[in-house]
This record gives sequence, C-alpha cells and structure tokens, in this order.
Amino acid sequence: MAEPLIRMTNIRKSYGRVQALEDANFHVNEREIVGLLGDNGAGKSTLIKVLSGAVPLTSGDIFIRGKKVSLRSTSDAIAHGIETIYQDSALVTQLSIARNLFLGREPIKPPRFLNRMDQDAMNTVARDLLKQVGITKNIPPTTPIGSLSGGERQAVAIARAMHFDSDLIILDEPTNNLGVAETQGVLSFVRNARDSGHSCIFIAHNIHHVFQVVDRIVVMRRGKVVADDIDPKKTSVADVERIITGMSDKEIRDAITDGKPSH
Amino acid sequence: MENHSLVQRLIARPEFGPFVLLVVEIAVFWSFNHDFLSPQNISNTLAFTVELGLIALAMTLLMTSGEFDLSVGSLFGFSPVLMWTLFNSGLTSLEVGFVAALLVAAFIGLVNGWFVTQLKIPSFLVTLGMLLVVRGTALFVTDGFPQRTWSAEGSWLAEVLVGDFFIGPFRIYMSLFWFIAAAIALGYVLTQSRTGNWIQAAGGNPSAARARGVNVSGVKIGLFVLSSVMASLAGVISSLRTSAANPNSGTGYELEVIAMVVIGGTALTGGRGTIIGTVLGILILRVMRNGIVLIGVPGLAYNIFIGAIILGMMALHSWLERRHQAGT
Repeated sequence: MAEPLIRMTNIRKSYGRVQALEDANFHVNEREIVGLLGDNGAGKSTLIKVLSGAVPLTSGDIFIRGKKVSLRSTSDAIAHGIETIYQDSALVTQLSIARNLFLGREPIKPPRFLNRMDQDAMNTVARDLLKQVGITKNIPPTTPIGSLSGGERQAVAIARAMHFDSDLIILDEPTNNLGVAETQGVLSFVRNARDSGHSCIFIAHNIHHVFQVVDRIVVMRRGKVVADDIDPKKTSVADVERIITGMSDKEIRDAITDGKPSH
Repeated sequence: MENHSLVQRLIARPEFGPFVLLVVEIAVFWSFNHDFLSPQNISNTLAFTVELGLIALAMTLLMTSGEFDLSVGSLFGFSPVLMWTLFNSGLTSLEVGFVAALLVAAFIGLVNGWFVTQLKIPSFLVTLGMLLVVRGTALFVTDGFPQRTWSAEGSWLAEVLVGDFFIGPFRIYMSLFWFIAAAIALGYVLTQSRTGNWIQAAGGNPSAARARGVNVSGVKIGLFVLSSVMASLAGVISSLRTSAANPNSGTGYELEVIAMVVIGGTALTGGRGTIIGTVLGILILRVMRNGIVLIGVPGLAYNIFIGAIILGMMALHSWLERRHQAGT
C-alpha cells in the first residue's frame, strides 16, 4: 500500500502531569477528507496543534509521504504543506481579500528593490481563486475581510491554502456559528479542495456536517485514537456517537464491520 | 449614479473627516483674521510643522503595526544636545556628531523594539521608561542648561537640512522638502510595498501574520528604530533652525504627535493607517495652534481646542467605522 500523505505514530504529548495524547496513531491519505471526532478533552485539538507546529510533541514521529519531519513552528508546518485554518484567527480583517491571500508571499513588480506589490496580479488570481473555491457571488478582491460573512472568510482561507499548494488543509470547526446555507457552502469548498488534489482534516462538533463531507472518520478518546477507519457511508451517526462517548473495543469493531447499529 | 458612488466612496475614506475639518478650520481663522493666510504666517507655521510632522509620519507606521512610542519627545531634545556636546567638546565635527546622534537614536529604537517584541512588555510601559531614561540623560549631561550652539551657517549639513530660500514671498526651509520626501516614501511603503502589507497585518492580527511567515517582531523593531531616528532628525533640524539645544525641548511632543496620527484616521489599536490622514492631522493641530493665537484666544486655552478636536474626530471615526462594518 502506498505511503499515506501524513503518518503520525505513537504521538505523546503531556502538559505537566496531564497526558493529552497517549501513543496516538493517525494518518491521512492523499486526496482524502478525514473527519476527526471526539468529545471535549479527547485530544483532537492537541493532535492538530502538534501537526500544525503550534505545540511541540513530547515523543513520537511524524512522516510526510514516508519522510520523517520535525515541525517546530507553524511556519515550519506551512513550509511542509500543512495549512491549518482556525475559525477566526487565520485572516487579517483590515486587509483586503487579495492582500490576505498573498500575505507573506506577495508577488513583487520589477524592479525588485522598490519592493512593490503586484496588486493587479494579486487581484486577478484572487478573483479566479474565489470562483474555483465555489464563491458564485461577485465579490471584488479588494473587499476587506471584515465585511465578509463567516462562510466567505472560510472560503478565502481555503482558497489561500489551495493556491499555495498545501497538501493538507486542517479545518478546525469551520462550520461553527454558520447558517444552513453558509455551512453547505463551506462543505462544498472542502469537497472542491479535495477534488483538486488536496487532503483535508475536518474537525466539527456537529457530527452531521462531518458525515456529509468526509471520506473516513477517526475518533479519539482520552488521548488515543480508538477508531480510525470508519466509513461514513456504512456506519450510522448513532454508532459513531456511541464510539465517541465510549463503547468497548469489541462493540466498536462490530459497529464498523457490520455497518449496523449495535445494541 | 456613478457620481453618487464616487461621493460615497470619498466620504467613506478615513481621510475625509480630517480634510473637511482642516478646510473649515482654515476658513474660520481666515474670516476672523486675513493675516492668517499671509505668506509670512504660512512660512512660519510650516517651519515648525514639518519638524513635528517628521515624527508623526514615522509614528503612523508604528501605530499601524499596533505599537506606539512615547520616547520621541525626549529624543527630540536629547539628540541635538548630544550632537552639540560632541561638537563643542572638540571630539567630532558637527557632521560626525549628527551621525552619532542618529546612531544612538537607532540603538534606542532597537532597545524599545527588543523590550516590546522579545520581553512582551506593552509599548506604553517600555517607551515611558525610555522617555525618562533619555530625558534624564539629556538633563544630566547638560546639568539642565542649554548647550552652546554655534551659528551653523556655512555648514553643509545645516544647508542640506534647514537651508532657507524664498519662493516669491514664501520663506521655505529645506526641511519642508525632507518632510514631503518622507511623506511620499512612507506613504508608498504603507500602501504599495510588501512591507506595508506586513505592517498592517502585524497590527491587525499578529498571530495570523506570524502563521503566514511574516516576521512580526522584525517589522515592529524596524519601526521603533525608524520612529527614534525620525525624532532624532526632527530634533536636530529644529535645533539647527533655531540655533538652540535645550535638554528640555520636545517635552510633551509625544502626545501631540500621537494626537496628529489618530486625528488623521490611523487606528490606535493598529491594523489601519494612513499617511495622507496624518499629514492632514499634522496640519489640523498646527493650524489650530497658530490660528487661535492669531484671532486672540489665549495660548493657554490651546489644549481645550486640541482635546475637543481629538474627541470629536474619534467620535466621527468610530461612527464611520460602524457604518462601514454594517456594510452601508
């Protein structure tokens, strides 16, 4: 079997005496949307923080396409093609869409010593990207992020990750506080991202949103991955909820393999 | 329809309020006293305006990045004292003394920036401490007395910085050109350059900027250095023009400069800044100071007007901001 895009093995992370991750094993394949579920405190956000370079791991290994890497900072992770999109923190609300898309990697007009941004090129790319990610409304790329809706902001963040060829886009609660139509929009942005060759990790409290979009579900409990091969087409929401809240290992196996609710 | 939206866009610009205020201010003062727009009065007002203005331009960038600098007034007083002390003691030529003053200022900016970005101490506290250190040093090395200033005429440095000439009836100092050049250069940096994007991002959302690989600390340290160097340059220009180097000069300038910047529409909280607005803010405050004296209001009442203008402009900016957020 081909090496997965991301493989995390025996990941441990402790904060003082608190063991947030205990030998967690996790992987994401190429062109795959993985739903990461778990109750509060299950360890999913710690796992994501480790993978996005935000916190250092205590022990364990991370491989990208089979090659061991160390992710010491968020820019390290971005350089390795891992982009994390948090609900609110990823964008600068005062800056325009185009300026946010290119923040830190602005194209420069010659002569280079003038350090002048190529704003026309930025606007052109931004317009295309918004279309590609699935924004049908005509929003000028010079619009400040502050005047966009929550769903549109997610779209900008996803578009940015797609444009800069992030292999893995991590979405932390992307559908929080969004209305029904906006949520459907974000879900379709995520599908578009996968269809154009990117992998995603999708974290959401609303399990129904996860079911609508992911290819595979991974459940964490008490710092461990307790199920990592749940097919959302063959498993019921109720079963996954039971796994999240705590079934025995046998019950989990039965639920996944039978594809029937277990009692 | 087209015209309508053009007007709407103009009104929505943060510089619109300050612009209207400046026009009203000039019209009111002129109607009271026609000498207000006399060449002599304009020349006199401009001479000092650009000196404070140089500091305000740098402060605009620093405040856009989410920080501010209270030590600029003390550097305005300290740098010429240092330059003249070096020169008077025979240690250096005036030009070398000038370069030394700028280098010391740059170092002070570096220290400010380091404390703020590396020790994570708010810029209010860091630069307040630095204000006292720098002002205290200026007073200590001079025993509180003004330095002997030799008439700088004939020195090429004085000619380049503050040489004066007449354009028609207007007496123009070279410093005006330095101010215009600095306004254009910094306006370009803020709106056109990649660095400007980083400055705005550093002030608007530093963690997002950092996540995109922007060196937020580097940007802020650079702006603290710029702010100190500009304050130092302004102090030297003022000293050469007036042939004076008083360790107390520049006291209170930091607040006047910050007022100029916020009146112009730059956000005190960072993320949004405008050089055009700052130029308007500089003119508003200096015209106010000059105008109320000309029309016979006691100079001591100046602060009442400044305070009222600040409050009024803040109310206007906040109203415009809310309108903008509401998408109307």
